[in-house]
Amino acid sequence: MEYIINIIFIVLLISGLLLFTKNVVQIRRNILLGKPVNRTDNQTQRWKTMFRVAMGQSKMVTRPLPGILHLFVYIGFVVINIEVIEIIIDGVCGTHRVFSVLGSLYTFLIATFEILAALVFLGCVIFFTRRNVVKIKRFLSNDLNGWPRSDANYILVAEIALMAAFLFMNAADFRLQQVHFSHYDLGLSSSAFPISSLLASLYGDASIPFLVMAERSTWWFHILGILVFMNYLPYSKHFHVILAFPNVFYSNLKVKGEFTNLAVVTNEVKAMLDPTFVPPVVEGLTRFGAKDVQDLSWKQLMDAYSCTECGRCTSACPANITGKKLSPRKIMMDTRDRLEEVGSNMTKNGGKFIDDGKSLFGDYISGEEIWACTSCNACVQECPVNIDPLSIIIDLRRFQVMEQSAAPTELNMMMTNMENNGAPWQFAQSDRLNWVNEN
Amino acid sequence: MSNEAIHVPTMADFAARGETPEILFWVGCAGSFDDRAKKITKAIVRILSHVGIKFAVLGVEESCSGDPAKRAGNEFLFQMQAMNNITVLNNYSIKKIVTGCPHCFNTLKNEYPELGGQYEVVHHTQLVQELIDTGKLRVKGGAFLGKKITFHDPCYLGRANDEYEAPRSVIQNLDVELAEMKRSKQNGLCCGAGGAQMFKEAEKGDKEVNVERTAEALELKPDIIATGCPFCMTMMTDGVKHFNKEEKTKVIDVAELIAAAIDL
Repeated sequence: MEYIINIIFIVLLISGLLLFTKNVVQIRRNILLGKPVNRTDNQTQRWKTMFRVAMGQSKMVTRPLPGILHLFVYIGFVVINIEVIEIIIDGVCGTHRVFSVLGSLYTFLIATFEILAALVFLGCVIFFTRRNVVKIKRFLSNDLNGWPRSDANYILVAEIALMAAFLFMNAADFRLQQVHFSHYDLGLSSSAFPISSLLASLYGDASIPFLVMAERSTWWFHILGILVFMNYLPYSKHFHVILAFPNVFYSNLKVKGEFTNLAVVTNEVKAMLDPTFVPPVVEGLTRFGAKDVQDLSWKQLMDAYSCTECGRCTSACPANITGKKLSPRKIMMDTRDRLEEVGSNMTKNGGKFIDDGKSLFGDYISGEEIWACTSCNACVQECPVNIDPLSIIIDLRRFQVMEQSAAPTELNMMMTNMENNGAPWQFAQSDRLNWVNEN
Repeated sequence: MSNEAIHVPTMADFAARGETPEILFWVGCAGSFDDRAKKITKAIVRILSHVGIKFAVLGVEESCSGDPAKRAGNEFLFQMQAMNNITVLNNYSIKKIVTGCPHCFNTLKNEYPELGGQYEVVHHTQLVQELIDTGKLRVKGGAFLGKKITFHDPCYLGRANDEYEAPRSVIQNLDVELAEMKRSKQNGLCCGAGGAQMFKEAEKGDKEVNVERTAEALELKPDIIATGCPFCMTMMTDGVKHFNKEEKTKVIDVAELIAAAIDL
């Protein structure tokens, strides 16, 4: 019976990992519902961009306070997870601090983890305050009403609790070492515990059994918390901790002003202009632009799953700043929500999507939103993980104009002028040089 | 600015003589038809003539680049415009193009190549900078000495094509005080005209984008708001009028600043 606890640990660990894998596979399937687009060219440039923007957080620090706090949380997240390796080995084998054989290196590591944990704790407390106490427009926005606002707070509270558990675990451990109790007595220097040695006094004159219980329960809380948190990610905006890296890697490397030329249109236009041109046969139905998520590219769908709803895009959007309904953040959130809906529809129907009479345009995103866009690229510039909300807006416009003839009236007039006289206004092409002789 | 008659050769003129110009000046629809933008067009022509570059325009053979159709989502109309223009440009074996409008610049430079139109395309502020850098154009402060100028980044020159320095470097030749708005360069705020907004009323909101942007420019109390785009010109000029500041603050294109500074 003495191994029962290790067996429980192994079962929980494997279940947690399996459940997480299942959800990630489902997200991958949803992303691959998108249309093909080649984003594997120019590998060198892609790696460079990934190192600079995702790993190097270069676009986060353009806003210094949240940028630096996020840097603490990010480095903390990456580095403290090394500790999880030790926790897993200890949990599986029933050892205690198996890496302590590393000696002074271990002391250095634990001290680093503690300092980072304190910084993550501080960062998350400030983030929580910014979201709930300080009036910051991008966090007050209606975009976040309901689940998204709770989601953000759950994440911060979970991180605060995990870091507190980690530090209080070390604090109890530190006290047990000081009294040379049992296997806790590893002879670690107190410099391994720069933060928890300060917290240790909070245990007052607690008994040894109490300290052991505190150490064990915070240990379990920490590892179970991580397993639960990991399985929360696929349901949360916090999934960005994983997708930020591939999302930046596969991001658009061309200049932001260049919009895609629709190849199907090119073939039709060529055929119109040159009767000898035979357009290649296209399999299946082609749709111009996007009505629903399946009409977008896999990269646009990955963008939606990578969005952490920070709202920098919306705070820089000229339409949103001047009170229009358009919010690039909402475009991304709507895309993800609709994709999740399509995904669960497929799961329920044995992998096949059964038409539910809904679509991204109309049920989630309105004409009033997409027609307010100035295509200025401020949202694309702002996004710390290179999400491109503008490309989705343009694809939705394309469907509205080319399939539904549903452009705003004034734009239809502009386009009629362009067709008739080669200018957006009603001036004859033959008058194009009149300016030369005018004063 | 002088009202002397200007000479504007067309590509057809060159072709008739069996010659080719060094550069095609793509005037654009605003530059051809909008009264305010025509002045910018003439300033560009005066600069080109002054430095003695062999240039030509397409004149009645030019047609809209298709930018507003593309941004509005009408890919058919855009590609029709683009391919017709490309046919004209390729027939004249055009190699290099200067545009007076960042929208034409962006479209010709980035979206035409895939459709068969490969040219070296520069915006007029880039060409002026090149002319100054190579010593072909000498500019002194003159009329603008000591004035306070702020430059409003056109989205399709700045963020869309990462060109923030050329217009600023040109302005700095004028011995002026170049003041930056809070939102400038990568963070510049749109004037409100892009994405085909120029041709429609804005959606319901608290205010117009150009009012928001002009207010920011006017905070600096500038003598001049400089632009490099005919649409920004319209929006910023309207914005200045909205605040009744047209006596104090003028909106002037970078090409006009240079043409005036060298007394063309």
